[in-house]
Amino acid sequence: MNFEHTEERTMLSDGLRRLLGDVTDLKALARGDYGWSTDAWEKLAEMGVIGALFSEEDGGFGGAGFDLMVTFEEMGRAGAPEPLLEVVLAGGLIAALGADSQKEAIEAIIAGTTQVAFAHGEPGSRYDLARVSTQAEKTDDGWKLSGRKSVVTNGAEADLLVVSARTSGEVGDTDGISLFLVPKGTDGLDLRDYPLAGGGRGAEIEMTDVTLPADALLGEEGKAFEAIETANARATCALCAEALGLMETAKKLTMDYLGQRNQFGQPIGRFQALQFRMADMIVEVEQARSAVINLAGHLDDDRKDREIHVSATKQLVGQTVKMVVEESIQMHGGIGMTMEYDLGHFARRATMTEHRLGDALYHLGRFSRLRGAA
Amino acid sequence: MDLSYSDDHEAFRTELRTFLDERLPKTLADKVRLGKRLIKEDHEQWHAILQEKNWHAGHWPKEHGGAGWDAVQRHIFEEETTKAHAPRIVPFGVAMLGPVLMAFGNDEQKAYWMPRILSGEDWWCQGYSEPGAGSDLASLKCEAKREGDHYIVNGQKTWTTLAQYADHIFCLVRTSKEGKRQEGISFLLIDMNDPGVEVKPIVLIDGEAEVNEVWFTDVKVPVENLVGEENKGWTIAKYLLTHERTNIAGVGFASEALSNLRRIAGLEMQDGKPLIEDALFAAEIAKLEIALMAMATTNLRVVSAAAEGQAPGVESSMLKIKGTQIRQEINNLTRAACGPYAMPFVSEALEPGSNIDTVGPDYAMPSTAEYFNNRKLSIYGGSNEVQRQIIAKTMLEV
Repeated sequence: MNFEHTEERTMLSDGLRRLLGDVTDLKALARGDYGWSTDAWEKLAEMGVIGALFSEEDGGFGGAGFDLMVTFEEMGRAGAPEPLLEVVLAGGLIAALGADSQKEAIEAIIAGTTQVAFAHGEPGSRYDLARVSTQAEKTDDGWKLSGRKSVVTNGAEADLLVVSARTSGEVGDTDGISLFLVPKGTDGLDLRDYPLAGGGRGAEIEMTDVTLPADALLGEEGKAFEAIETANARATCALCAEALGLMETAKKLTMDYLGQRNQFGQPIGRFQALQFRMADMIVEVEQARSAVINLAGHLDDDRKDREIHVSATKQLVGQTVKMVVEESIQMHGGIGMTMEYDLGHFARRATMTEHRLGDALYHLGRFSRLRGAA
Repeated sequence: MDLSYSDDHEAFRTELRTFLDERLPKTLADKVRLGKRLIKEDHEQWHAILQEKNWHAGHWPKEHGGAGWDAVQRHIFEEETTKAHAPRIVPFGVAMLGPVLMAFGNDEQKAYWMPRILSGEDWWCQGYSEPGAGSDLASLKCEAKREGDHYIVNGQKTWTTLAQYADHIFCLVRTSKEGKRQEGISFLLIDMNDPGVEVKPIVLIDGEAEVNEVWFTDVKVPVENLVGEENKGWTIAKYLLTHERTNIAGVGFASEALSNLRRIAGLEMQDGKPLIEDALFAAEIAKLEIALMAMATTNLRVVSAAAEGQAPGVESSMLKIKGTQIRQEINNLTRAACGPYAMPFVSEALEPGSNIDTVGPDYAMPSTAEYFNNRKLSIYGGSNEVQRQIIAKTMLEV
């Protein structure tokens, strides 16, 4: 057994920590529209971070679970809101299913010049990947899409959207879901863009008779579900690693604060009541780290084993996020609730990871169903 | 034991419901229900409507212009107004300063300030906390130096709720550095329009600036504005903190938030079914409901003892802890119930008078703001850690 990261990954991690320390401007985030920085994005691309999310055969130099873990843990540690998770989702789907001509986009994604988003969720679909009701109809020379996509992270900034739609079957069926490449500015796409509580931006997308050429179809018609689930598993690993990084920073800020803040004539960290709670937090964050390692190490397992790890990790990380966020704010007192102080950003961003790819309660149920069927 | 309300109390509840039905403006109730932010005029409007019945300060004795409610009536009032989505009564004048003046003020102070609280002429805020004096309030530094017939005040207060609306602030100030820290503190009333008073907003993680820093630079305050004796303000502070904490359990808020949660969980769909039919989610709601049922009774036990004239002691600490835990958990589950639509955050859409649509269902976006805003419940008014310390100190004989 060896729980050390490889030398390459350690270098990636160290380099990323230095880079993000310089380019992540939390104060600007809190003041502004909660969007992300194009400057930071360019630097991420320059450093090769986007390439680390793709395998060598897809033009990258990584793409394994532990590459995702290292990269996203650092993104979280810095509180960086740049839309890297969308690369794992949309970029991952293009890599998995794309024809050669479609895969050409990956080069531009890795170079940082093409922004992507995965338009999959719909009002009422919540976290169920098969609940697609957007319709795609075959026409003489291509496709016609109609429907609505909700809370599409990076939707408005994306040059290229990967959109899911149903070409057959009923809402909830895993069969019959297809994916389409939709370039920015395509007629019939109506976007409403807005800030997200945890940083970054989202969009509501209304599609009315969006006309697409035949080669917009990504992969085989009606057979996209398996690839969506796989991309989702990878994204869950990335998101959980990001949550871990966010928690590491919240934990560090809280430990520092316990040493600095004086009440009743001494640093509050001298009070046993707070020491025990801090100790519990430290234990739980280590548990979360192990959970992320578990998922990263099982991403290439068979579907069922992999999904058991997806739900186990997301459940545990979600539960820990709640504890760390609430305890960090509480132990800070009022200052922990202010936008001015960094903790607030980490608290919001960490909490919002619960609203993507399924929350702790959702995955508790899913885990027990998956285990029960064993 | 008898768990039912008396006929008189039931009659009061009926009267109150009719009043709320007829007099609470729908626009105001909708704002509260949808989690929109209220502005000063909203509070003033509701204050004026309540005052037509003498109900703004219902719990004040009749001789001071109140309606002379007992603790049970006051509880019924809080329960019913919350259920009807009335704005909460801003407590600083009516629930905090009023009782202090009744107990410690001189005749001139009572005659001058109390009618102005009832009429709403003065908007008060509370100047207790300082950057270095939160839970350890006795270490406060904001200084008032006597010079002739004035105090000269210098220093800073923080976490001052709604100071942006206030024209007056009641402050704990340091008038002596001799002896025990608690013995050099005085209770002073300050006009915020006086030169040298500055208010700076603090934006919180829910995106709103409901709290402020208040700075004093050589502010001249007439000595008539000292309440009680000089250097004896600690007694007043303690009186306020332990005896006049009202609605600390927040049963009404919790019940209302819980029915909102049930409504949302009935509308949100998971796997093609209403979320509330999900066994795990339903179990989480059930746990909270069970806890709330017990807490409501704990609260009534305290209310009823108070109506009999007993001063609540350690019970108010218990209610603070349990009540805030339950409310925060309801907020947490409500945010969770909203699913991905808890993420959009168009802060302006929550602002008064905004025509900007929220994103997703109307209940979703305020749920995140409320979750973060209500992290304060376990921090302010003596953090839950301080309450635990009080319970332990009172109950453990070590």
